[in-house]
Amino acid sequence: MPRPAKGARLGGGPSHERLLLAGLARELFQYGRITTTEAKARRLRPVAEKLITKAKKGDIHNRREVRKTITDVAVLHTLFTEIAPRYENRPGGYTRITKVGPRRGDNAPMAVIELVEALTVAQTAVGEAEAATKRSVKETEAAAPVDAAPADAAPVEDAAPADAVEETKEG
Amino acid sequence: MAVPKRKMSRSNTRHRRSQWKAAVPALVACDRCHEPKLGHIACPSCGTYNRRQVLSV
Repeated sequence: MPRPAKGARLGGGPSHERLLLAGLARELFQYGRITTTEAKARRLRPVAEKLITKAKKGDIHNRREVRKTITDVAVLHTLFTEIAPRYENRPGGYTRITKVGPRRGDNAPMAVIELVEALTVAQTAVGEAEAATKRSVKETEAAAPVDAAPADAAPVEDAAPADAVEETKEG
Repeated sequence: MAVPKRKMSRSNTRHRRSQWKAAVPALVACDRCHEPKLGHIACPSCGTYNRRQVLSV
């Protein structure tokens, strides 16, 4: 049986909904970060991430598939040449939704949806190290936690301020 | 078409309206600027969420 899409229905009909989501995806790839209602952001996330996954493959077939949604060729080019290569090492989760409170006027819950930064080599290493630490913790349940806690804390703190600095420059 | 048979008394009207109250929003202190803000939402005064700058202020 067909399963309905998760989240709110948008617009006045199926074609309107497709067009709204296509427009939101185009704006997201064009500007990198957009403010919209939370319902629209939640619907947009899977659409945008599937488009990025197709763009990462980068062949002509996938370009034509993406072009069904992103009809603006300038944005299509940006997506394939700039956005997709950034996420080469990232297995999904290319967007981030942050709630920013209700809108004045109709009190609609608003959210910022943005493309996350590329994984740097250091972050990838940290991620692997954390995963390794978790594995070792699981394996040696009794002995490891005392050793693991400081090792976990240091890299996370290193990564977070770097992110914050990058974002402040952008915004 | 269904229509009211009786005039609604002021008492009934006021009883109904007395149940119409505003709820107090659950506020938490912002991590960075300690201003009260809604939970799970970027701080409107400093624009950060989870130590990440989300809004330009």
